[in-house]
Amino acid sequence: MQRIGVFVCHCGSNIAATVDVSKVAEMALMEPGVVHAEDYQYMCSEAGQAKIAEAIHEKNLTGIVVCSCSPRMHETTFRNAAERAGLNPYMVEIANIREHCSWIHKDVEEATKKAVILMRAAVAKVNLNTPLKPGESRVTKRALVIGGGIAGIQTALDIADAGYEVDIVEKTPSIGGRMSQLDKTFPTLDCSACILTPKMVEASAHEKINIYTYSEVENVSGFVGDFTVDIRKKARHVDMDKCTGCGVCQEKCPSKKAPSEFNRGLNTRSAIYTPFAQAIPNVPVIDCDNCLKFKTGKCGICAKVCQAGAIDYEQQDEIVTEKYGAIVVATGFDTIKLDKYDEYAYSQSPDVITSLELERVMNAAGPTHGHLERLSDGKAPKEIVFVQCVGSRCADDRGKPYCSKICCMYTAKHAMLIRDKYPDVNVTVFYIDVRTPGKNFDEFYRRAVEQYGVDYIKGQVGKVIPQPDGKLLVQASDLLDNKQILKEADMVVLATAIEPNPDVRKIATMLTASIDTNNFLTEAHAKLRPVESPTAGIFLSGVCQGPKDIPETVAQAGAAAVKAIGLLAKDKLLTNPCTAQADELLCNGCSTCKNVCPYGAITYEEKEVNDHGIREVRRVANVNNALCQGCGACTVACPSGAMDLQGFSNRQIIAEVDAICR
Amino acid sequence: MQEVINRAKELLRDGTAARVLGWKTGDLPYNPEPAYFETEESLKDFVYNGFCGANLSKYMIEASKLEGKTVVCLKPCDTYSFNQLIKEHRVDREKAYIIGVGCKGKLDIEKIRAQGIKGIENIEGAGITDETDILKVQTIYGTKEIPYADAVLERCHVCKGKEHMVYDELIGESKDTKDGDRFEEVAKIEQMSPEEKFAYFQSELSKCIRCNACRNVCPACSCRKCVFDSNKFDSSQKANVDSFEEKMFHIIRAFHVAGRCTDCGECSRVCPQGIPLHLFNRKFIKDIDELYGEYQAGEDTETKAPLTNYTFEDAEPSIVGKRG
Amino acid sequence: MSIENKEFKPKIVAFCCNWCSYAGADLAGSSRLSYPADVKIIRVPCSCRVNPMFILRAFEKGADGVIMCGCHPGDCHYSTGNYYARRRMTLLFSMLDYIGVENGRTRVEWVSAAEGVKFSDTMNGFVEKIVSLGENVRLGDLRCRK
Repeated sequence: MQRIGVFVCHCGSNIAATVDVSKVAEMALMEPGVVHAEDYQYMCSEAGQAKIAEAIHEKNLTGIVVCSCSPRMHETTFRNAAERAGLNPYMVEIANIREHCSWIHKDVEEATKKAVILMRAAVAKVNLNTPLKPGESRVTKRALVIGGGIAGIQTALDIADAGYEVDIVEKTPSIGGRMSQLDKTFPTLDCSACILTPKMVEASAHEKINIYTYSEVENVSGFVGDFTVDIRKKARHVDMDKCTGCGVCQEKCPSKKAPSEFNRGLNTRSAIYTPFAQAIPNVPVIDCDNCLKFKTGKCGICAKVCQAGAIDYEQQDEIVTEKYGAIVVATGFDTIKLDKYDEYAYSQSPDVITSLELERVMNAAGPTHGHLERLSDGKAPKEIVFVQCVGSRCADDRGKPYCSKICCMYTAKHAMLIRDKYPDVNVTVFYIDVRTPGKNFDEFYRRAVEQYGVDYIKGQVGKVIPQPDGKLLVQASDLLDNKQILKEADMVVLATAIEPNPDVRKIATMLTASIDTNNFLTEAHAKLRPVESPTAGIFLSGVCQGPKDIPETVAQAGAAAVKAIGLLAKDKLLTNPCTAQADELLCNGCSTCKNVCPYGAITYEEKEVNDHGIREVRRVANVNNALCQGCGACTVACPSGAMDLQGFSNRQIIAEVDAICR
Repeated sequence: MQEVINRAKELLRDGTAARVLGWKTGDLPYNPEPAYFETEESLKDFVYNGFCGANLSKYMIEASKLEGKTVVCLKPCDTYSFNQLIKEHRVDREKAYIIGVGCKGKLDIEKIRAQGIKGIENIEGAGITDETDILKVQTIYGTKEIPYADAVLERCHVCKGKEHMVYDELIGESKDTKDGDRFEEVAKIEQMSPEEKFAYFQSELSKCIRCNACRNVCPACSCRKCVFDSNKFDSSQKANVDSFEEKMFHIIRAFHVAGRCTDCGECSRVCPQGIPLHLFNRKFIKDIDELYGEYQAGEDTETKAPLTNYTFEDAEPSIVGKRG
Repeated sequence: MSIENKEFKPKIVAFCCNWCSYAGADLAGSSRLSYPADVKIIRVPCSCRVNPMFILRAFEKGADGVIMCGCHPGDCHYSTGNYYARRRMTLLFSMLDYIGVENGRTRVEWVSAAEGVKFSDTMNGFVEKIVSLGENVRLGDLRCRK
């Protein structure tokens, strides 16, 4: 029989205001095995933990139930406290009477009753707990960063600077990401390329960093400290070692009709191309869909003109398998598709563009060489209308429910830059709210309004109607003056909502990292663990976790790096001891468990067993505790009940069921 | 039958096998029972007739542990069970010499009795080689006749087919006995109102005396130790140790064999209370077929079982309510 | 106060996976999204840990409804656990329906860690359903002794 202590936390008034905590403690004493029960203001405080230690010593407790907040919050705290007092940490169970009780119920009697039942279930479980000992697993001292934008680059640099090997896997032919497409950055108006390019060069030159561009993560297996990742290096058809980056192939390529991804499709590029001048690596790829050699078999000009003999039409995709201790996701974002926002005439007029397209228009390396002009006729615009929140903060399913966070600031930037360079151009911004929380952000916005005379109108644009003369008629409302506005514009710029890179879903599934309804990766704790995924060993960097601007992204990238470094610095990790165990006397040897194990943790062996005096060689299941992650799939698949999960055993769960239904 | 005996003798004589697993005459003319024969001499008691419904594949679990090979006589439907046992590593294919015996449908003595035939002394026409469609039942009240087809087991009316799924050699012809739809009865119950369904199963299941005959005969119930006999699912605070198992027995048993049950029908055949236990297993089979694609346990030894398999697009559990 | 005068308070067991649904329930709690106290949550590592036996056990012990929550298909912390759980529960629920047990007494919902609102909505809906079905009498004894 266990000797159980029950500790009921008031959590200040968080629990005590709705649950009669002393009643819960009093009722606990009537439960089998309970020899001690008390309630206290803050169980998690030092004094509270001291009370637990004291009771363990004085009453010789063998098990503990803490009735408090969620185990996801303080289970580790109380397990550690118990361990320090000499008790096996797995003899601790938590009854969640805060999140699952006091915070959701108002009636004290009802909440107290429920708290008592939750306490009973935990006591019933602890009665069947057994001391468990974690195993150890090794840590591969190498990190993988998925995504080569500013987030991925910064994380990789920080990890590498700490002395660990890092691989960056980037899907496109070059690292740089979205930031490389930006012209200037707010609130300082630095040239984006000028501050990004040195980082790209530093990453590529770093002896600890290895960059896989034009590559994708194909498969991930393993677990924290010991991931195995297959990386598909897509065929570039250009030999990375031979290519000198002279660019002649791109000049001579006769197929120049492919839309340029880098310029958001506003102009075209050759079939063999580097996405932009500062690309790293400066090695082109052949886009087979647009290459005449691949389409028709005739051409081969690039191979002829290449002095280095780097063109290789026969090159195949290659799979590289690497081991990593930590994985950082930095997959970034894209702008949403605008097909559900036909009212803004994006698909009808080339003069309605997204803000990211405007970045390219204003950039010297862009489709207009940095001249602000209408894409339809090349004329200089006189009236530009900016529409905010296109798809952001959207109540219906056309857009996104969240604020994209960066649009207010980049629109102020665009407006300011246009007014600065072209003082004769009128700029009007239609907004719902202007959000400028950030260092020097509001000052920046005010400069746009006060110094540069940008016309901000609070109100939404209902419709943009292309006119026969090429102008755009903007229908909007002015909410402050309560009137309808009809405005003729030469260009309309849409502050299009951002969304996580569409590939992130596939990657999250491979990593078993959770994802929210908007496809942003979920953090382990919204406030206290913002750069870690709930899946151990997976860290989050940049917009894949939620909308961010560049300084926030860089800060989070560094934070993710620190977390990864903290992991890589360890030689060994303690493994979760709540793993499956096969009772070899009950095991039929049927392999059903093995068929459902996602980790390949179960093997079968011919083993001599002693079944109540009968010695025979049987085929029995054997669980590798280093591989088992404790999901329990095998325990239910097992027809004979031979497979059980430590810490969540059949008897324990049934005891909880019984206690609740009593 | 003689052909099987002769061949079995040969196999014993030439050392291919150490024993023969077949049937021998029971104490009544209609209840032959499974038996081992270790000598040519003992094979004089071997019998194979219309009443040899017993599925011998499960006996091969123990026979696999014995020295030497065992000649085992399996009917077409029995071979599904044998395959399933191979898949689950419960029998050793190398330890079995399978004689696939012909089958023209197995007889159900209850069906004969249901015709009002009592005091049975002998039954003619039940032999495997008898060229007749009529059973002549000699009773203390005289001879009664009944068509063979009217006296076969329920499972034979929905026979899976004449083909043996696994064998070393075949002896004897098989006959097509299928004249019904396997899922007809299940579908009929599905159409009932919840009250009718409950009333039906209550009346059937309340007959159960927990004799465990269904479990003992079931080739899928091959666990070394049945969970119902184990204390692993118990909770320490329970006063009445077996109340849970008592009440949930048939549902849990059916779930344990779901996706593994070959629908051999032995559970219903052996139930002394005549409970149509196959209706549980068949319900699972019907659901599996409808929801996850047709699957016949024991058809091969490789395919993933439906409960150890999945697709992203699998039906949600809420489909149960939606199907009405 | 006599029992007969009391309104029906159902016993409801909710199995929640540690990674998504239990966290979703925590979020419902910290967001103060209420649902009836009749729901008691049992934490399991994954929905695939839920043995159909546990559900039958709960009913046999007097539960009026049992709900199982897990990560959305494709989002399982253990990659595939909820897929197996989905098949197991579908077959179990179908069997219970087949023997005449109201299918509203059992439910599976996929609730992510970010879906506190969905968690409380789900529980409110489920409790409402169970209250409308009333006390569970049939599942107390599946062998159906008269």
